[in-house]
Amino acid sequence: MKGLLNDICANPGKFVANKMSTKPYKIIVGLEIHVHLATRTKMFCGCELAYGEAANTRTCPVCLGMPGTLPVMNKTAVEYAILTALALNCEIPSFTKWDRKSYYYPDLPKNYQISQYDLPLSRAGSIEIPLEEGGTKRIRITRAHLEEDAGKNVHTLGPFSAVDLNRAGTPLLEIVTEPDMNSPGEVRALAQELQRIVRFLGVSEGDMQKGHMRFEPNVNLHIEHGGQVFKTPITEVKNLNSFRALERSIAYEAARQYEEFLETGQTLQMGNKKTFGWDDVHEMTVLQREKEEAHDYRYFPDPDLVPVEVGPEWLEEIRGRMCELPLAMQNRLVSACGLSEYDAGVLTGERATAEFFDAAVKLGADPKRACNLLTQVGLKLANEAGTPVDQLKITPDHLAKLAGMIEAGTISATAANTLFERIAKNGGDPEASAKEMNLIQSSDSGEIEALVDAVIAEQAQAVQDVVQETKKAKKARGFLMGQVIQKSGGQANPKIVAQILSQKLDAMK
Amino acid sequence: MMDSLTARELRDRIAGGEVTSAEATEAYFRRIDKLEPTIGAYLSLFREAALERAGQIDRKIARGEPVGALAGVPVAIKDNLCTAFGATTCGSKILEHFQAPYHAHVVEKLLAADAVILGKTNLDEFAMGSSTENSGLQQTRNPRDVGRVPGGSSGGSAAATAARMCAAALGSDTGGSIRQPAGFCGVVGLKPTYGRVSRYGLVAYGSSLDQIGPVTRTVEDTALLLQVIAGADERDSTSVPEKMAPVPDYTASLDRPVEGLRIGVVPHLNAGADAAVQQAVDAALAVYTAQGARLVELEMPHFDYAISAYYVIATAEASSNLARYDGVHYGYRSPEAQDYVEVYSKSRDEGFGAEVKRRIMLGTYALSSGYYDAYYLKALKVRNLIRGDFTRAFEQADCLMLPVSPTTAFRMGEKTDDPLQMYLADVYTIGVNLAGVPGISIPCGFDETNLPIGLQIVSAPFTEETLLRIARMYEKQTDWHRKEPTL
Ligand SMILES: [Zn+2]
Repeated sequence: MKGLLNDICANPGKFVANKMSTKPYKIIVGLEIHVHLATRTKMFCGCELAYGEAANTRTCPVCLGMPGTLPVMNKTAVEYAILTALALNCEIPSFTKWDRKSYYYPDLPKNYQISQYDLPLSRAGSIEIPLEEGGTKRIRITRAHLEEDAGKNVHTLGPFSAVDLNRAGTPLLEIVTEPDMNSPGEVRALAQELQRIVRFLGVSEGDMQKGHMRFEPNVNLHIEHGGQVFKTPITEVKNLNSFRALERSIAYEAARQYEEFLETGQTLQMGNKKTFGWDDVHEMTVLQREKEEAHDYRYFPDPDLVPVEVGPEWLEEIRGRMCELPLAMQNRLVSACGLSEYDAGVLTGERATAEFFDAAVKLGADPKRACNLLTQVGLKLANEAGTPVDQLKITPDHLAKLAGMIEAGTISATAANTLFERIAKNGGDPEASAKEMNLIQSSDSGEIEALVDAVIAEQAQAVQDVVQETKKAKKARGFLMGQVIQKSGGQANPKIVAQILSQKLDAMK
Repeated sequence: MMDSLTARELRDRIAGGEVTSAEATEAYFRRIDKLEPTIGAYLSLFREAALERAGQIDRKIARGEPVGALAGVPVAIKDNLCTAFGATTCGSKILEHFQAPYHAHVVEKLLAADAVILGKTNLDEFAMGSSTENSGLQQTRNPRDVGRVPGGSSGGSAAATAARMCAAALGSDTGGSIRQPAGFCGVVGLKPTYGRVSRYGLVAYGSSLDQIGPVTRTVEDTALLLQVIAGADERDSTSVPEKMAPVPDYTASLDRPVEGLRIGVVPHLNAGADAAVQQAVDAALAVYTAQGARLVELEMPHFDYAISAYYVIATAEASSNLARYDGVHYGYRSPEAQDYVEVYSKSRDEGFGAEVKRRIMLGTYALSSGYYDAYYLKALKVRNLIRGDFTRAFEQADCLMLPVSPTTAFRMGEKTDDPLQMYLADVYTIGVNLAGVPGISIPCGFDETNLPIGLQIVSAPFTEETLLRIARMYEKQTDWHRKEPTL
């Protein structure tokens, strides 16, 4: 069994693609996603959110849970949460409240977490996810609610454990889906779509490395056998913090559950839910809790906080901050700009990129050329600089001009890439920069004709290959092209070179 | 004798330069030196800091600078109010050495009003109790009879005020913890409307019930202290914004009697009290009717369920509020603990006293799945019915008058083995917390053994101004409040 599992893990996509169609089971996955909201301060105190600071430096008596302290709700966090819920087509009740969820753990200073229990700030929504095979699928959202994050236990300092409470109190949006996903790929697609949405909305950086998004899938199988459907016990995989781990853990669980079913015949019953962790090194799930412990969180309304009334005015104000969502924008770029699904997907990976592109097209840029420049050079540079595209020194206006210059034959596509990079780093006007860098193409046919003549005179062998249409004719033609452009110092417009060269060579036939 | 002056009188003389705060502070410390070994009201004293502060205020006065409403007045505060100086123990071993890094809102207010803080007073552990016998650190005796309890949980504040070991004090009241000890010790105690005073820095017991209030020798002093501590605080979401309930001038109108006062009385309630208590309350009502007040008989059909509802709600909240005392982040940690679960279980087992554990268990049970609806949810419903009783009562009457407690101060140890008897001692005060309305306890006589009896007056939310005027109408006609304990 272990051999099989390792095999599956090494290539989950292949396994799923091959086996899904032949194996008589369906994977059922529901997902809980925790998203850190990018507010300036924590959920219930004034501490500024920061990542990677020295332990326990971003704390105050409130988030340390000191005696006598009281929480005060961060209104912006509630607004971010509602905005996200609206993007997920959720209902937003006019009344929501805070509850205490009790459990003892050293990283939880009060030994209760302020969360939302029976009246979450949103419920009953849906998200459209793009499918690998094309098209989309609608996944139902059960609810999304706000809570405070816990701190972190640290076990690496010596023969003791320590607690870092910098993260304690970070606003955390918990999104719960219905069990509507049926493959590891769909789950990954949902996670990535959600990342794109929260980034578009600006409510979270969605940075996986910084733990801004954590996933907990609930997985089981519906196995068809002899006309009957058997449901395997549900397993919950805790605290996954990468798309890869999320996808692989589900593939692994599916195979493991199927094997287990064949061995034990065990089916889903009350209380036989198991909890697993994910071993990133061995790429396998590891059992944490055999039976779902009768976890009694003793929820009750937090008497230190007043309920939140979300009136129509406030709701409209929040709704007013809604932007075009990534999937809708992606579809628009395909239909209105003629881009491929892939290119539209890359451009809408980040709102800054998408808006940069949109602005350039509005200024008259050819969409395909603008897209190529932006995705091939812009994103690379942005990535290197660790900033969004719109933080580079290049503007949509520059991009539109560069695209126009390619279109007009003033510069080559390669030259445009060089110019993009230079302007992105140092700023400057595209035309002036092109002149300065000697990147303006020559389209003067007289000048080019002279160069072509010179090359034909010099390269008798290649000319002969073309004229006599030998096997090497095609290669020789390319070689002659290259020679002309080289002679021009790279400035001859390739279109015109090709034209003149063809005329001359054809005349020699 | 400086310690015989009320806080108001003392403040005026200090501000007027007749006496210095340093002299007053020294006088109080002499009194403390003499009586504290017998009474045991204080858990900590800040002798040097208090004298230094008194000196600063005296110099301010000498320079002719404006001074606050409590200029130089030596006060005491209950030890569940956080102070950035000294310890904040809550009368518990688990916090015996805990030093808060910040002041409670009311402490900031006292300091801003130029009060001098003498020390912090004893209480039932985490304010859970009615006799201060549940303190994990010290026993406090009633200055009226040192064989008797001072009441609780603000027993230290009431005893210190009655014994003139401070000019005035602050306590906290979750189910009667200011009013009952004030009654037992023969002083004035006010529980303000829930939300009137910020709870920031008050170590929580029952968060939806807790309020901080004054313990003083006169109604006027209570008005003076309430003026200082009342008002909105953005650090407490349950403190009521200024625009919804502005803080009036409590002292300005104090001497103006309430015209056509309608006093609500609930005959069946009073009938449950000892004969001496009933007589004293009846006599007090007569003092009011003699001034033109009219008695209105009221029904409070759900009042009898208050104790049951209270011990579910308060303990449920307490079980959660006290979860943080786990030996991990601060406070007592058991040296015996071998792993993190033992850090929790042993630290809590060794750090908490029996009554606190009992209430944590009760509250945990009430919130457990399968019991939540039958206990916690039902208690919330009862709470709403009790609120309704009070709302209807205040449609017919300006205030409600009833005993503070069914008995006078009981003997030390008398009820410690019977928690239920102890809980029943709060029968008259608990409903007021559940309804969130203000209630005051004022001295209204003595029983045959010379123990003080308290009259409780309750009014509608945010009507403390009227409540204090009503209390003052009685105080002006009587001199119970001037009867000092013989020590
Ligand atoms: Zn903080």
